[in-house]
Order: sequence, then structure tokens, then C-alpha cells
Amino acid sequence: MDGGMMATTQALVRFVGVQKTYDGEHLVVKSLDLDIRKGEFLTLLGPSGSGKTTTLMMLAGFEVPTHGEIFLGDRPIKNMPPHKRDIGMVFQNYALFPHLTIEENVAFPLTVRGVNKAEVKERVTAALQMIKLEHVANRHPGQLSGGQQQRVALARALVFKPALVLMDEPLGALDKRLREHMQLEIKRLHETMGITVVYVTHDQGEALTMSDRIAVFNDGIVQQIDRPDALYERPVNSFVANFIGESNVLAGTVENIEQGFCRVALAAGGAVTATAVNVGGVGSRTSLSVRPERVALLTGEGDASLNRLPATLKDLIYLGDHTLAVLATPGNNEFMVKLPAGAHAGLTQGQAVTIAFRPEDCRALDPV
Amino acid sequence: MTAAFADGAEMPLKRRLRRAERARQLRALGLVLPLFLFLVFTFVIPIGGMIWRSVEDWEVPQVLPHTVAALADWNGQDLPSETAFAALAGDLQAARAAGTVAVAGKRLNYIINGYRTILTSTARNLKTAPEPGTAKATLIGLNPAWGDRATWAAIKRASGPVTDYYLLGAVDLTRDVNGSIVATPPDQAIYRDVFGRTFSIGFGVTALCLVLGFPVAYLLANLPVAQSNLLMIFVLLPFWTSLLVRTCAWIVILQGEGIVNGALQWMGVIDEPLRLIYNRFGVYMAMTHVLLPFMILPLYSVMRSISPAYMRAAASLGAPPATAFLRIYLPQTIPGIGAGCLLVFILAIGYYITPALVGGAGDQMISAFIAFYTTETVNWGLASALGAVLLLSTLLLALVYGKLALGRQTTGGLKN
Repeated sequence: MDGGMMATTQALVRFVGVQKTYDGEHLVVKSLDLDIRKGEFLTLLGPSGSGKTTTLMMLAGFEVPTHGEIFLGDRPIKNMPPHKRDIGMVFQNYALFPHLTIEENVAFPLTVRGVNKAEVKERVTAALQMIKLEHVANRHPGQLSGGQQQRVALARALVFKPALVLMDEPLGALDKRLREHMQLEIKRLHETMGITVVYVTHDQGEALTMSDRIAVFNDGIVQQIDRPDALYERPVNSFVANFIGESNVLAGTVENIEQGFCRVALAAGGAVTATAVNVGGVGSRTSLSVRPERVALLTGEGDASLNRLPATLKDLIYLGDHTLAVLATPGNNEFMVKLPAGAHAGLTQGQAVTIAFRPEDCRALDPV
Repeated sequence: MTAAFADGAEMPLKRRLRRAERARQLRALGLVLPLFLFLVFTFVIPIGGMIWRSVEDWEVPQVLPHTVAALADWNGQDLPSETAFAALAGDLQAARAAGTVAVAGKRLNYIINGYRTILTSTARNLKTAPEPGTAKATLIGLNPAWGDRATWAAIKRASGPVTDYYLLGAVDLTRDVNGSIVATPPDQAIYRDVFGRTFSIGFGVTALCLVLGFPVAYLLANLPVAQSNLLMIFVLLPFWTSLLVRTCAWIVILQGEGIVNGALQWMGVIDEPLRLIYNRFGVYMAMTHVLLPFMILPLYSVMRSISPAYMRAAASLGAPPATAFLRIYLPQTIPGIGAGCLLVFILAIGYYITPALVGGAGDQMISAFIAFYTTETVNWGLASALGAVLLLSTLLLALVYGKLALGRQTTGGLKN
């Protein structure tokens, strides 16, 4: 919610210097320091093999960190078996127990805790009402659709009121419409129940929609952890810029740096002014990142402070609410520009145009 | 064009569909036919024959046809009429001439011990046909047994064409002289004991296989592929050696001067060799060893399909490992336990060679008796009846299993 600072003592979970290797040669997770705040919805986002699922499994207790410690509240939990952690978990393929009815599935975490029968009944009914599936209480998981099974898995992970709920790509197996619906449903449950959620996904759209904060993983390292808008608007390195949303990349060399801006000579000729985010000194190589919706096609003169590059229009892709223009510009043959609906009138393929963008929208990052 | 084709005058659509499908059905039938015929000749006909032999009663009607006819109206209370005696005398002379007295004698001997002697001595001493009206006196004169109602009741009971004698005998029942069902005299009643022993060995071996096989199957299903393949070879190894070889190996290992006793004595654990073979222990040991793969394989195939995510889910929901195993894992293996137990049990109760080689006299199972009656005494009726009872109990078990397996969701409630 608010990106403001909270004292680390308010962190519900702390990863301190956690490393994990499976084969003793490669670190899947390299020195992870991560605070998960009470009540937040934190998404671990990254490509497969980036260490996000391993991180989740270490938190759940199914994997033991090779080095470092994990704290839940004040307790170190590195060597605590999973069943003692009181952490709810939703699995990718739901993992509903096939031989138990929906009701028995949801009651399971309560019955293993020895909750008395009347209370089990009451809480299970409430949980099923919450997911609007009271009418399937006596069916078996196999008789439910994927979306219904996922809701049951959610109810089962929430019914024992854990402080923390982990979700491992829970919507991966659902079709697009259902996935979008479930995203809102999970968000609603998170807000109404005030639980802390750690959510793993490789779908950046899902991460942007649902999260309070996103930790972008790559190569066993958290590349950036921030609010979704900050992550999108202000990526700190090329990986994040390219992984989250679309990004046009231009390679160049830093010529000078001044007041947070730098002048970059493009490798393919020409020069632009960019926001200096992640660059070395003068003379170091850099990758410039510009979002397609932050670029305009100039017909007239325009503002003198704009960066300009000559380009040739290769293709126009009509997408309903907007049109995507694909351009060839020196150094980038697939330069994307998002044009508002109706703004492409008069453009023809092969036409020479000028693309323009503000220095504030062009971020100079580490070279790729 | 299409319409003209569809309601073409010469052939309605349905008939054309049938004709088009016929070729396919014939082809399918052609593929199945060889196996079907094979099963009919090797399975249905022999089993039908066995069941028929267990009730068939042909010896006495064939050898003593007139006597059987004459006894048709006999009330069974008094001695039969003079006609019956005369018919018996005629039949016996004819049978002596044909050399078939012993056939009837063997059959009647099952009912009354010593009947064969009565029949053969009477036939031998009956030089000429008795004068009309003197048959009764003549026969009783030759052998007083003919004055006994039971002697005649035996013929009446064996007069076919079908009898329940063998089936009753297979469960230690018989008919007394009045035709009511009573228990076989204790000194002849053995089959209930043998069936009981057969089933108790079957249950014991099944239980041992389950206890020993379950952890192995679990390991097989959960090890990395390379290791589980190696382990699987060890599990399957017994399949690649003959049953006889494996059983004889147990004799070598377990006998008084065998490896086990030798080792124990050498270590000073025992002074006298332990009796490990030619008793029930040896039977359990050898049979469990032979049948273990039949338990492991179905268990393994079921366990293989149980996702490890279930145990993780159970742990994340707060179940300690033992609880998770009992409430989540074990119930999902029940189809495999059922299939494995059924397989092992059915195979076990049919075992013959292994108990014969490594068991003592008191460890022989029903198959040994079936073999004894077919090959030693040629009492096909009793052998078939014992087989039929064994078949019936096996079918009952399969039926119970089917009910249990189909009653619950065998797929574990999963679609597809």
C-alpha cells in the first residue's frame, strides 16, 4: 500500500543472508536479504530458474537454506519442520486431497489441530461461504472445475487463519478470463482478511495487478523490490526494464553526466540525453530503455528538449484501443511505439518519420 | 444431388451406415477371435468340465442299469423288492462278463468302505442266474450285506445322473442312510481343516507381502529414476528364475545343515540346528519370497501416480508426517493395496509345489490334495469338487474386491 519505510521489527518474515544450492556447485539463491511486511501482498516475480520458487519453498519449510537464516516474527525457522510453521500454502495444481470431499479438504487443517467438531463445522461453512462454494461441500475435487478447485485450495489454506499465506503460481493452470477473475478474488480475500501473502508467479501482468510490492528475481538475486508502479516507471537495471512491460533498447556510450542526466552517444550514430540510473563513469557502455508509450512520432518541430531519432515505419499493428507502430531506427530494427487510437491516420509503411522522447523517459541502465 | 443420395430409393441411410460399419466390426471381431477361441478352449471348457465332473455320477448307472431302474420307486425304508435283487444279479453277471464290476465298486466304496469287496465277491460267487423268486435269498446268502438297507441306499444314492456327494465331501459333509445331510465322521473329515489351512497360509503370506512390500514400493516410487530402476531390477529378479529353482534355493539355505543354521551355530547363537524348513515357517518364507513382486508392482504403480504435492500440502496445513501419511497417503494407496492383496492371496491359495517341497505333512494346501486325487487315486469327482470350492471362494473374494474397488472412487476422484 504505502511504500513508506517500516522498521524491520515490523517485518513478519526476514531472510538474512540466505543461500541455497542443490548440487554444491551452483547457487540457486545467492545471498538473499528480504523483509516481508505484515499484511502486505508481496510477489516474487522472475523467469523460471531465477530462484523465486526455491525462496518460497525455503519459507514453507520444504527446502532448507544452505546458509543464512529465516525469521518468522522473532523465531528462526530454518530448521523448523513445515507442519509447525503455521504457514498456509496454495499449490500450483491445487493439491486437493482426491479421496476427501471438499468439506473434508477444508476441514483438514482444523482436524489435525484437534479443533472440536462444532467449531470445525462452523469455520468450514464460513470458509466455503467466503468462496461461494457451499453447494459443492460433499463433492470430491475431481468433480469440480479448475477455478472451483483453486478456490477450495484457497479456502483450505486460509481456514486455519495463518498469519502468512504462500501461493506458488496458483493461477497457472487456469484460462485467461478465469485467471483475471481469480486475481481479483485473491486480492479481495487478502484485503478483507488482513493476511500477509507471498505470491510466486512468472506472469508480470498478474504481479502488477495484485501486488503491494514485487521482488523481481533473476539469476538467484533480487534485482529490484518495489511497488508495481515504481517498478514499471523506474526500473533500476536492464533486466527489470525488459522483464516488466515492453521496452525499447538502444546501446551507447556515456559522454558526460550532469545533474542526474547523461549524454549518450548511440552505437549506431547520433546522441540522446537520458536519465542516469545505472551507469558507470564517462566512457562506460550503457543500455538505454524507453517505454513504447513514452515515445511520439513527430511531424512538426516539437519541444527542443526532446530526444529525436530518424526512423522508418515498418509496420502498423492495429490493437483496438491503440496501434503499435514498428519502426527501424539506427541501432534498433524493432523499435515499438504505442500510438493512441486514431493517431495513425496518414501513416504509411516505409514512410520516414522522427521519433521523439523526453530525457526523463529514457533511462540509462547497465549494458546488456 | 446430396438429397437424392441421402434418400436414395435403393437403400435407406441406416442400412447403409450398418453396412459401412459392418466391415469395421468384422475386422475388430477378427482381431479378437483367436484369443477368444483360445480362452474358450483353455479356460471355459476345462473349467466347465471340472465343474461338471464334480457333480457327474455315471459309474453305477452304467454298470448296474437295471438295478438303478428297479430302485427308482424304492421308498428306502425296507429292503427293496425281489425285482431289484433279480436286476442286481443280472447286472452283476453282465458286469463280470464285461469286466466293469470294479468301476462301480470303486464309486460305491466311497460311500461305504468295503463295498468293492461286497460287489466283487458277490459277482464272483454268482455262478448262475438265480431261479425266479429266489434272487433275494441267493444274494443275501452270498453276502449278508445285501440284507442291509444301507447297502441298497448306497446304490440308490449313486444312481446318478448327478450327485452332490463330491461337493458335500469337499466341505466334510455327507448324507446318512436316510439321505439327510450330516457331518462326515471326524476321522474322515479333513477338508475343512485343509481349506482353513490354505486360507490362513494365504492370509499370512498376503499380510507378510504387504508389510514387506509396502516400504519397498514406496521407496521405488519416490527414489530418483536411476536408483529406482536399479531397485526395480532387484524386485523383478525372482521373476527371471524358475519357481522350482527359487524353492530349492530355500531348501539349501534353510535346511538343518544349511547356510542359516551353519552361520548361527558357528557364531554360537544356537547349539542345535533350528528347524527352519519342512514346517509352516519354511512355507511362509518361501511363498512370501516368491509372491512379493506381485504385491510390490501394483502398489508401485499406484504410488507412482500419487503426487508428492499431497504430502507437502498436508504438511503445510499442519499435519505431522505420521498424520499426513495415515490420512492422506495411505488412503490413496488403497486401490494398490487391494489389487496387490487380491493377486497375492489368489495366487497363494493355489500354491502346490512350494508347500510340497518346503512344508511338512501338516502344511499341505488344498492344491496338493487336488493333485493327489487326480494323479494318485484317480478320484476325479472329489478332485473336481475341491477345485470347484476353491474356485468359488476365489470368485467370491474377487467379487468382494470388485465391490470395494468400484464402490469407492478408484481413480482417487480425479478426472481423466
